[in-house]
Amino acid sequence: MGYSGFKVIKEGLFGQKGWKPVWRTPEPKPEYDVIIIGGGGHGLSTAYYLAKEHGITNVAVLEKGYLGGGNIGRNTTIVRANYFLPGNSEFYSHSLKLWEGMEQDLNYNTMMSQRGVLNLFHSDGQRDAFVRRGNAMLNQGDDAVLLSPEGVREQVPFIDFENTRFPIYGGLLHKRGGTARHDAVAWGYARGADQRGVDLIQNCEVTGIDIQGGVVKGVQTSRGPIRAKKVAIVVAGRSSQVAQMAGMRLPIESHVLQAFVSEGVKPVLNNVVSFGMGHFYISQSDKGGLVFGGDLDFYASYAARGNLPMAEHVMDAAMTLMPAIGKARVLRSWGGIMDMSPDGSPIIDKTDTDGLFLNCGWCYGGFKAVPASGFAYAHLIAKDTPYKTAAKFRLDRFATGQGLLDEEGTGSQHNLH
Amino acid sequence: MRLPCPLCGDRDRREFYYQGHAVMLERPLRDAGANAWDDYLHNRDNPAGETRDLWHHEAGCGAWIVVTRNTVTHEVLGAILAENAKKTGAQA
Repeated sequence: MGYSGFKVIKEGLFGQKGWKPVWRTPEPKPEYDVIIIGGGGHGLSTAYYLAKEHGITNVAVLEKGYLGGGNIGRNTTIVRANYFLPGNSEFYSHSLKLWEGMEQDLNYNTMMSQRGVLNLFHSDGQRDAFVRRGNAMLNQGDDAVLLSPEGVREQVPFIDFENTRFPIYGGLLHKRGGTARHDAVAWGYARGADQRGVDLIQNCEVTGIDIQGGVVKGVQTSRGPIRAKKVAIVVAGRSSQVAQMAGMRLPIESHVLQAFVSEGVKPVLNNVVSFGMGHFYISQSDKGGLVFGGDLDFYASYAARGNLPMAEHVMDAAMTLMPAIGKARVLRSWGGIMDMSPDGSPIIDKTDTDGLFLNCGWCYGGFKAVPASGFAYAHLIAKDTPYKTAAKFRLDRFATGQGLLDEEGTGSQHNLH
Repeated sequence: MRLPCPLCGDRDRREFYYQGHAVMLERPLRDAGANAWDDYLHNRDNPAGETRDLWHHEAGCGAWIVVTRNTVTHEVLGAILAENAKKTGAQA
């Protein structure tokens, strides 16, 4: 079933009775060419691109809960391509291009809104760093505009320009960045994969990975064993547990990252605004809620909820940047489980087991990567060689020290990102 | 979250700096080889459940402590001085 404006009007006239479930609920088959462990954003986009780009449709996505119930449903929906390091730069550039074509490609309204991402800076040194980053973004073929304080004022007149500790020296505006509807991205990829024959199997927890003589043979699940020629792990915060089933110990530590949303208010904020000095960023959802967040709680956690100190810190930063926000009431907060890698960059790679693949380490930046991660992972699974934009996301870079992707320049160590 | 500093008693989490898993106390010998050092620096069990991690009471007595806690529930089960954990292999 295709979606169109005509279809919406027709259903409106006939009581909305013609809508059908958009994917099947199949029983697991005894064997697949490829099993993808994890039915989140990255797993579903991987399945979609396996089918669409490589014609591999004998594929199952195994999800222990429901589709899109993990971090794809627990993020702050920001899309951007403002990375600096070669390796990250081309990857996120590719991802943004896929975002721009996603709605047509999937025939699904993902509410992609290129409202601009504005990074504020507060000193001459920080301006120099942003000029350099902006030039890197232009070099990678994307967009960046350096704004003066007056230019920032045109975008966000209500932030505190007189703050003595962090005066606004300007901002770097990335106009093609923005937000998208997080759930719709998962649903759009799920529908696209299902239409091409991929089995999306929910409530199916993988409990073991079968390996014989260094070759993967399939998985054990809560719904019985399933054989497969290739198995692809893409489970975000639970990466360490699933990889352990294959005898691997990963360079990953799971942390909680909190986010918050206010009650709905009238349109006030056009862009995504980040206030790096306060570890704070904010946007306004299409429903009117102010969506904002900060940094990790900074201790290993699988709780999917945080503690008060970081909540207070985020509120402090919000009041510092935008005093008017004190009038809005916080509606709810939530936490996601982040698969933190030592250098803050992801891993898309083969493993020492033939036919077993690994995609993890997205830290707190996985949402914007959903299309390009699936695209690159599908390529790796189908062709056994890395896709060109993800060629540097190697698992062994920590062991060798070569090709570390420390975007923040803070060091390749677990408690620094 | 409050952490039970063995010297100061129950204190707010804000007083502590988090270093990471207590495996950091098991530093390999200098000539242990690249694999041992890679494992020590980067790889983690990352348990969903009970864990032992290393915290610094930086805004308190300055002690390094090993805290035993649950990463799923945030329940704190105990803490001992890192000094003692290292000497005796004791667990909190």
